[in-house]
Amino acid sequence: MSTTTVQQSAGGAPVPAIAPASAPARRRGRRSAAGSIVSHGLLILASLIALFPIVWLVYLSLGPDKDDYLHPGGIWSKMTLDNYSFVLQETAFFHWLQSTLIVSLGTTLVGVVIAATTGYAVSRMRFPGYKKFMWVLLCTQMFPIAVLIVPMYQILSSLQLVDTYLGLILVYCSTAVPYCAWLLKGYFDTIPFEIDEAGRVDGLTPFGTFFRLILPLARPGLAVAAFYSFITAFGEVAFATVFMLDDEKYTFAVGLQSFISEHDAQRNLMAATAVLIAIPVSAFFYLVQKNLVTGLTAGGTKG
Amino acid sequence: MTVAIDRATGKRSGDRGPRSGLGRRLKHSYQKHWYAYAMIAPVAVVLGVLVLYPLAYGLYLTLTDATSLNTARTIGVNEIEATYKFIGFDNYADILWGETSYDRFWSHFIWTIVWTALCVALHYSIGLGLALLLNQKLRGRTFYRLILILPWAVPTFVTVFGWRFMLADSGIINSALETLHLPSPAWLEDTFWQRFAAIMVNTWCGVPFMMVSLLGGLQSIDSSLYEAAEMDGASRWQQFRYVTLPGLRSVSSTVVLLGVIWTFNQFAIIFLLFGNTAPDAQILVTWAYQLGFGQQPRDFAQSAAYGILLLGILIVFTSFYRRWLNRDEQQLAI
Repeated sequence: MSTTTVQQSAGGAPVPAIAPASAPARRRGRRSAAGSIVSHGLLILASLIALFPIVWLVYLSLGPDKDDYLHPGGIWSKMTLDNYSFVLQETAFFHWLQSTLIVSLGTTLVGVVIAATTGYAVSRMRFPGYKKFMWVLLCTQMFPIAVLIVPMYQILSSLQLVDTYLGLILVYCSTAVPYCAWLLKGYFDTIPFEIDEAGRVDGLTPFGTFFRLILPLARPGLAVAAFYSFITAFGEVAFATVFMLDDEKYTFAVGLQSFISEHDAQRNLMAATAVLIAIPVSAFFYLVQKNLVTGLTAGGTKG
Repeated sequence: MTVAIDRATGKRSGDRGPRSGLGRRLKHSYQKHWYAYAMIAPVAVVLGVLVLYPLAYGLYLTLTDATSLNTARTIGVNEIEATYKFIGFDNYADILWGETSYDRFWSHFIWTIVWTALCVALHYSIGLGLALLLNQKLRGRTFYRLILILPWAVPTFVTVFGWRFMLADSGIINSALETLHLPSPAWLEDTFWQRFAAIMVNTWCGVPFMMVSLLGGLQSIDSSLYEAAEMDGASRWQQFRYVTLPGLRSVSSTVVLLGVIWTFNQFAIIFLLFGNTAPDAQILVTWAYQLGFGQQPRDFAQSAAYGILLLGILIVFTSFYRRWLNRDEQQLAI
């Protein structure tokens, strides 16, 4: 992302436009006080809207009773961390954590390893069938879950893979693999072709070029692809809900739903669990989000 | 756009040599491209096994009357053979113009289109507005950016439950509305308000992605274009219309396409917000899920048929969209 910032003013004071473009006194760099206040006001409003549901969830997680969300005023006086200790000690939280990590990391690993060479091939080589292949990669990204969920369920149950981690990993790979290939292609496109050519001149095979030169250079791209498949597998709801039956094998997305059943709604515990899940993932997200966007849009525009 | 040069070998893909017999050409093509095929082989195999085979199997299922009562299953130690039979295109005919097809398909179809159009329009316009605000020299804009990105950073299945608490009958939103002496709608029960709530939550979740992408696009517009426009006496609106919007074209086309696909397929928000309680607020994806897994007996064939119809709609849309985008260019991007 370039650092040139276009300064846009919300109506600037008319200054003779003779000033040289680089001078600090140029017109568009200035803003009237009113424009600045309006901008700040809008941004503060938007930030509050973005922040509120999450702050509210954190606040409710501190209330000891399951109906406290209905009279939130009472929580101030009896704030407690009991929900958290209960969730960590009495529920299947760590089982869920374990299965979520197994499934997400498994998907990530398989997705990135399989997709890497393909991303390179579609970035550098034009082979017969190239366009069709790219079209297939794009199409698989728009598969609604409804297309694959029924046949996958049938196939996995005939293979006895329902309610196993391997089954869920395989299902997630059907979206993660083409996605990673697409994303990595976008990243490989940014690595100069001259590096390949240098490698070729020095007598490396295309595979040698890829493994010895390009792959080490592409580490940030690989990290983004890995992170993205991790996040998608982590947050997936539909497949996990259908395919995981044993409540010790639930992923977080399913486990969190299980707090609200027909008989009982332990909303305080649910809020606490939600907060516990959200903190590490969001922290991690902030570390890589900038690369994430670049990767996403680059892969799409440079067909 | 597409550079037709094989950069790994440095040969032009047009350099095929003299045209010879088909056999020779195939052999030649194989010798020239075998490493490309070897490199895409892993993904091709995975796609074949994990996507194309299930897709073909699903297509076959839509031509049968499979439900959870007549498919092969194991109960205890007994293995029961599948007894469903081939019924041709009856499922599709039934969905599209069978009795009560309006309630079962067309009403959901219309709602899905409305949902997708409204959500993407809201995502894009709010995202663009915030991106424009953040693109100014403003004190604390990094701080604003970090906060505004939060709905994207927290997993959706977590935030949806936060919204559920807020939208509940005596939740914070209705309490606030009552304090202001405004009507407090039944967000999670009444159909209109369910739809309203779903769009609201999805907008809240989807804006940050648009905002960040469009901000990246804005920052890559050459600032000398604005200077030139100003010299020519363009008003602020004209600058926006003739410099900013064209400058965002390539980013916009991608994020809008992604946004349409994601919103059309958005499962988690509606499913987690309403569960099985809101038949009228289900978009096609969640409705297909409900047919296949949310009821007894599970209607696998119909659910799969909905899936195929959905995929068809998306593919048709995407081809038209890409053709429309590339209308000025000689060669299609893909």
